[in-house]
This record gives sequence, structure tokens and C-alpha cells, in this order.
Amino acid sequence: MSTEIAEVSEESAVALKTKEPAEPLLSKRRRRIVSDPLNEDNPITVQVLGICSALAVTVQFKPTMIMSIAVIFVIVFSNLITSLMRNIIPNRIRIIVQLAIIATLVTLVSEVLKAYSYDMYKILGAYVGLIITNCIVMGRLEAFAMANKPYDSILDGFGSGFGYAWIILVVAFFRELFGGGTVFVGTPLEFDVYGSIGNLLGTTLQTNGLMVDSIGAFILLGMIIWIQRSKNGYVEH
Amino acid sequence: MEAFNIAIKAIFIDNMIFAYFLGMCSFLAVSKKVKTAFGLGMAVIFVLTITVPINWLIQENVLKEGALSWLGSDFASIDLTFLQFIIFIAVIAAMVQLVEMIIEKFSPSLYGSLGIFLPLIAVNCSILGSSLFMVQRDYTMVEATAFGFGSGTGFFLAIIALAAIRERLKYSHVPDGLKGLGITMLITGLMGLAFKSFIGVAL
Repeated sequence: MSTEIAEVSEESAVALKTKEPAEPLLSKRRRRIVSDPLNEDNPITVQVLGICSALAVTVQFKPTMIMSIAVIFVIVFSNLITSLMRNIIPNRIRIIVQLAIIATLVTLVSEVLKAYSYDMYKILGAYVGLIITNCIVMGRLEAFAMANKPYDSILDGFGSGFGYAWIILVVAFFRELFGGGTVFVGTPLEFDVYGSIGNLLGTTLQTNGLMVDSIGAFILLGMIIWIQRSKNGYVEH
Repeated sequence: MEAFNIAIKAIFIDNMIFAYFLGMCSFLAVSKKVKTAFGLGMAVIFVLTITVPINWLIQENVLKEGALSWLGSDFASIDLTFLQFIIFIAVIAAMVQLVEMIIEKFSPSLYGSLGIFLPLIAVNCSILGSSLFMVQRDYTMVEATAFGFGSGTGFFLAIIALAAIRERLKYSHVPDGLKGLGITMLITGLMGLAFKSFIGVAL
């Protein structure tokens, strides 16, 4: 009798021990949550999400950076909030609840932008509001935050956010370079590339107006997808 | 006449896809077959033509600064513009739900073909985008309706055209890394170039 009890308590002790995961703050699994979306599971080039609002703001580097920060903020916090609420959200109305969370965060971003950086607010215009319907945010809430713990969800938010950010920053860099002949306008690193090459050669270089247009963005993104997929070997069937 | 002009402009020149990149997600995801693309396109036209005027009414009578003055002079100074995003998206989600229920009731066959696309539309950027543009551009009620219809038709044309090209594309030899999204992006770029020829068209 007593041995049985001892056994049981020992078992529960073992169970307790295994239950107490003590998973390191940045375990391998968690590092993968962050690193996967950067390359092989990239939200834009592999999952085809969030292209809607991504391309419109990429004419110049600076607004793109602001947009990336806004999206990362929204995605991380909406992931966190949804994850905290995941057990009390009724399944049938979850889309509306998620939209409400996202819309609140986007309103916050938009008001802050309006207060502290009105020029940027004017340039980004309706596209800040369109973060609400950015499929990456909705997609991550549906696919990850609804089924995972808060801390993992935050990591996932950062991963997807940065995966989105680096692609649109690359697109913006090239569009600004070919379309305007400059890089990083409006930041301390501002440099007039075409102007200085022109001075060096004693001519004026023509910029490519197509790159400022939406067409340039489509073709550039197509190229980036091609390069990235050839590198990581992902083939769509 | 002005409204007609706005509709034509929204269809060809300021096309939702080619000029503003709105609705790209569903544009890319649902353009593999002409038949499904047709269904989604019709649903988008339908929802846009309804939601833009409704959001216009809300914007003019509730959200705008001083819009609440019809409630009495005490309310004249209230500015609810910061609620715009939440209200608009709520209206869109509710309208989509309503439209879905109405179609299901009155035309089961149409529901069968549109059904799965309707929930998708709530998060289609072009729907919310049109409402936000409508506010930016200070349209009247009639112009807003024309704009909604025009944007929807522009999306419809674009997605049908792309789906038709992609159906043909199946038989061509595309490099591995470019398959799927890559080649679709390049084609969209070329189609945008073609749409550029409409610039300057005015009635």
C-alpha cells in the first residue's frame, strides 16, 4: 500500500519534472520560429501574403522603413493580444474579433504618425489604414497566435514582420536607385548616386521612370522572388 | 457625367491592381482558373458597389468633424475621424456577411459559385482601400457609388485577364525558381504596362 503511494507520488514527481519545461528563452525551436520567415518560409516570396500594401510604399527607402516598423509593431502586438485571448474568443466570430484587434492597433499607429511625423503620414496616406487588411497580419493570427502561447507568438510576429520588412526594403532600395538615381533620401545616409557618377563621367544619367511606377515594383519583386527561390530551392507546382 | 468619368478612370487608369496594388493577395491566389476568377471578380464588384456608398454615408453623417451637428449644436464640434478604420472594416465585414446571407436565400446557384469567395472579400485590400480613397478625394454620394463600381470592375477585368494568361501559361516552359508567383509578378508588370496606354483617356 505504502509502496504504491510512493510510486504514484514518484510518478507525479516525474510528471511534474517533465511538465516544468524550462525551455531556454531562445531554444532551437524558438530560433526557428524567428528565422524561418526570413528565408525559406518568407511571407512575401513564399507564402504570397501581404503584397497588397507592400509595393505601394516602396518608391523611396524612408517611407518604406516607417511602413515596416508600423507593420512589425502591429503584427507583434496583435499576435500577443490574440494569443492572450485565444481561449475566450468564440470560434464563429473570431475573424471580427481579430479585425477589431488589428484595427485598434492600426488606429494607434496612424494617430502616432499623424502627431509626430505628419509628412510621413501624408506620404503613406491610405496605406497605413490598409495594414488592417494586410494578409500577413490576419494570416499569422489565424495560423499561429490562435493556437500558441504568448511568448512564441511574439517571436513569430517578429519573424514574419522582419521577413516582410527586408523584402520591401530591398525593393525600395532598387526602385529609388533606378527610379530617382539616389539612395536613402531623407536619412543621414542620403547619397545622389546618378549625380556623382554623372559628374565623374561629365554627363547626365537618365533615371528610369518605369521604376517609380507600379510596373517597376511588379517586375523587381518578380526578379527578387526568382533569385530567392533559386537560392533556397523552393519550387511551386 | 462627372460620375461616369470617375468610373471610367477607376476602371482603366487608376486600376486598383495596376496603379495601387490593392487586392493583390486574392488577385494572385484566385487567378489560376478563369471560372473562379470570374466568381471572385463579380463578388468584388457587388460588395464594392454596396460598401463604398454606405461608408460614404457614415463618413459624412457620423465620422467627419462637425458631421454630428444634425443631433444638435452640442455635437457640432465632435470629430470622430479616428474611429474611421474600425467603423469601415466593421461595415465591410457586416455587409459581406449580409450579402452572403441574402445570396444564399435568394439564389442558391449564385451562392454555390460565389460562396467561398465572399468571406475572403472582407479582408481584400481593395474594398477597404476604395473606402479610404473615397474619403481622401471628397467625392459626392453619386461619385462615390460610381467609384466603387468602377474599382470593382477594374479588379474584375484585371483578374479575368490574368487568369486567362495563367491558364495558357501551364503549357509553357518556365524556369523552376520563376514558377508560380515569380512569373505571375512579371506578367502583372507587363499587363500594367499595357494598361498604361489608357492614361489621358477622359470623357
